[in-house]
Amino acid sequence: MKFFNVLKQTTMLVAVCLTYPAFSEESETIKVGVLHSLSGTMAISETTLKDTVLMMIEEQNQLGGLLGKQLKAVVVDPASNWPLFAEKTRELISKEEVDVIFGCWTSVSRKSVLPVIEELNGLLFYPVQYEGEESSRNVFYTGAAPNQQAIPAVDYFMNEIGVERWVLAGTDYVYPRTTNKILEAYLLANGVSEEDIMINYTPFGHSDWQGIVSGIKKFGSSGKKTGVVSTINGDANVPFYKELGNQGISAEDIPVVAFSVGEEELSGLDTKPLIGHLAAWNYFQSVQTRENDDFIAQWKKFIKDDKRVTNDPMEATYIGFKMWVQAVEKTGTTDVDAVAEAMLGLTTPNLTGGIAVMNRNHHLSKPVLIGEIQADGQIEVVWETHGTVIGDAWSDYLPSSKDLVADWAKPISCGNFNTKTAKCSGQNF
Amino acid sequence: MSIKNRYLILLILIPWTCLSHFAAAWERDLRDKASLLAQASLRETPGIVADLETFGEPALPLLEAMLNGNLHSRRSDKRLVIADSQSAEQIPIIDAVTAEKLQDSRKRLLTKVRVNNQLRKQIRRIISRITLGSPNASVRHKAVDNMLYNLNPQSIGLLAEAKKIETDRDVLKLINLTLAINDLRTSDESQVLLDATNTVRGNLEPIVFNTISTLLRQHEANQRIQDDEFFLRQIKRVHAELQTKIKFYQLAERFYYGLSLGSVLLLAASGLAITFGVMRVINMAHGELIMLGAYTTYVVQLIMPSYIEFSIYVAIPCAFLVSGGVGIMIERFVIRFLRDRPLETLLATFGVSLILQQSVRSLFSPLNRQVSNPDWLSGSLEINPIFALTYNRLYILLFALIVFANLVLIIKKTDLGLQIRAVSQNREMAKCMGIKTDWVDALTFGLGSGLAGLAGVALSQITNVGPNLGQAYIIDSFMVVVFGGVGNLYGTLVGGFSLGVINKFLEPIAGTVLSNIIVLIFIVFFIQLRPSGLFPETSRVSK
Repeated sequence: MKFFNVLKQTTMLVAVCLTYPAFSEESETIKVGVLHSLSGTMAISETTLKDTVLMMIEEQNQLGGLLGKQLKAVVVDPASNWPLFAEKTRELISKEEVDVIFGCWTSVSRKSVLPVIEELNGLLFYPVQYEGEESSRNVFYTGAAPNQQAIPAVDYFMNEIGVERWVLAGTDYVYPRTTNKILEAYLLANGVSEEDIMINYTPFGHSDWQGIVSGIKKFGSSGKKTGVVSTINGDANVPFYKELGNQGISAEDIPVVAFSVGEEELSGLDTKPLIGHLAAWNYFQSVQTRENDDFIAQWKKFIKDDKRVTNDPMEATYIGFKMWVQAVEKTGTTDVDAVAEAMLGLTTPNLTGGIAVMNRNHHLSKPVLIGEIQADGQIEVVWETHGTVIGDAWSDYLPSSKDLVADWAKPISCGNFNTKTAKCSGQNF
Repeated sequence: MSIKNRYLILLILIPWTCLSHFAAAWERDLRDKASLLAQASLRETPGIVADLETFGEPALPLLEAMLNGNLHSRRSDKRLVIADSQSAEQIPIIDAVTAEKLQDSRKRLLTKVRVNNQLRKQIRRIISRITLGSPNASVRHKAVDNMLYNLNPQSIGLLAEAKKIETDRDVLKLINLTLAINDLRTSDESQVLLDATNTVRGNLEPIVFNTISTLLRQHEANQRIQDDEFFLRQIKRVHAELQTKIKFYQLAERFYYGLSLGSVLLLAASGLAITFGVMRVINMAHGELIMLGAYTTYVVQLIMPSYIEFSIYVAIPCAFLVSGGVGIMIERFVIRFLRDRPLETLLATFGVSLILQQSVRSLFSPLNRQVSNPDWLSGSLEINPIFALTYNRLYILLFALIVFANLVLIIKKTDLGLQIRAVSQNREMAKCMGIKTDWVDALTFGLGSGLAGLAGVALSQITNVGPNLGQAYIIDSFMVVVFGGVGNLYGTLVGGFSLGVINKFLEPIAGTVLSNIIVLIFIVFFIQLRPSGLFPETSRVSK
């Protein structure tokens, strides 16, 4: 009998021991969804961001987790397939019950996620520069809005380089089209005549650039200084720059400023023909600050590769993650409504020596840096704004959105507030 | 300014030996001046660089290093040194002023002197002014060429001087052109303008056409030049001549781009012309066989990193064997069992294509792989200032034609070709004649797949090498074969080139996206009218 008792107790103990960790895991972890393409045309850019989130989670767990719980990443692969982004979001929120999602790169993927994330009241941190004209209650935009990247870059071209003729070249989807619309309005407002603007769109993954590049060359041979503003996205950039090099267009003749080419994209390229072409971002690996040095060292150690580089969307992911952690600690819960409210006004040091502020329109304050591509694939700053620029959700240069603002603080609490009519349309994207 | 000019010309004329006693003083001055570069901000640098010009030739190595981004300042003693920053840990450095060889250094012990586009432009201008007196004619040519696009009074003065002593005919011609352009821009005397117009006549440099157009515009607005009937007629004629020439070359360029796109289509489709055209197998994995060829090039370059120049020659046979081998395996293990069941073949080969894609993804990585371009495939062949053929496209065009010619030879002139044709025309009869049809089937499919591999080698030079490479070309390949006429090799040739040319002529009008759509719609209508393509197969065997 005694023996049976012992046996019973032991079994129970073992059972408890076995179930306890499982039980504890259920309640003692906070799940973080990672929604980045790990295959397809965008994988070149997005895989890095997945690794960045994993690195941040690992660091946070080493510091003792969050609210006493461990963080757990749930990684899914939407495979550069835009509708799949929506499905995966639903899976992450409904099935995996994640508390927050870090994800998306292209605007078209974000647009497909938006209805789902609003319907299920999830929380998305979007870490990439984009076209603006949007402010969702459930999304925090930690990348640049057009006034934090495109407009300053055009200003630099106009005032510092003296560009008079403009080529706006982009991939054919929502980000380049909207950005170019804003830029065109901005250029026309600044007295550039219509025949001095050439707009060109190409499909994703375009590889036959000879006709377009020779068109740019011709457009630029009229005697006026010509510059190219490139919103070409993904791997189509590689053959584009190769063709520029082959046709002998150097950055001194026709400079190209790119909004989607960072250190990561350059690392797979022969940079010789690219030297002197420009990129506009809010972060470069080459900026020397203590925070940045630490971040680079941490990244290289995490990824176990000394040759890997850091880039702007990684910084945006870093800032977003830090802010989310702060907001959760502040409210003591991962509840979406509470966290979203606590996010407003939070500050965290960025990696370039300034302070990032989460504004009431869910966009960050950021410094704008313009850099030239160097022989080693790094980008060195040649111009920067004084202090930070507040992200503008609704562009002031488009007639349809110049009266709109986003303000998620009470009493307005609206992503699309018309300052003229003082009405909230509720149309946040 | 004139003092500076004379100074420079002195430098050019007086042999270096005469100057050697001043060397020490020069050196110290130059070193002092240049050392400012190390701490200067990008706004201050242009001033310092402008001062360096007065030193003339001795400052040349320093300026050139700066232009190439090789000028560094050594952290320990702020000495300016030239180092190739691309090399490994131990970097050999030399002094920027005296070219004296110094002890090797490390990258982190050096700070790069920063340059940007405006600075590079300024430095290039200064270098061209200094090197105008170089004993080497090609260096002088380059110097004048640079001045042509950066005209300013200073360089015009130098050019006028240089013209008097110039002996090389080409350089002299270029100097005359540059001076003439300057006249056209600044002078208001009819005679000077007339002479200048005659000098630039027929020259295709874009700057010539721009200058003449501006002159005409200014005349119409009555801003410059008195009315001179003869002069006006002359300049209008020159303008019209240039316009016709430019139009012609633009047309030629479009046509070349069309041929180039056509050659890519031809390469991609020639394998399919065998597997689909001759064997009637709908092979959806054709694109993946192309991809395998591209990855083979990548692997070959990995194996022989120091012989990138020759890697393409090695990759061509390797890619043919790899893709051909995989093709034979597909034929043996899949297609053989599905003969005369086109729908099942389509599904099965589609499955094979997914398997191949995923295995490449797992084996290499989902990310694109970087395939380097050998030097002989970079740059362009300049026929005149407005018409240049890029080498990579030119070689691919030639390669496509060679591959196609060989293919035709194999099919028409060899025993294998005879057997392939026999089996495709009447399998039973061929069997009766003692042909091993199974063996011929496998070889035919291997040949078609091998050709896909060759296309992959060519594509690796112009597009991204990734697991999805093949998908971009499978539709195009089928389009070319169907358009040209299934079973007719020449149809594929004509089909590929005509689709390429149509596409490239539509592109400037309709844009890239729309022109692709228009071509597709065109083919849909064309196939409605002629279901068997451009060149229907004229066989005595009824199908």
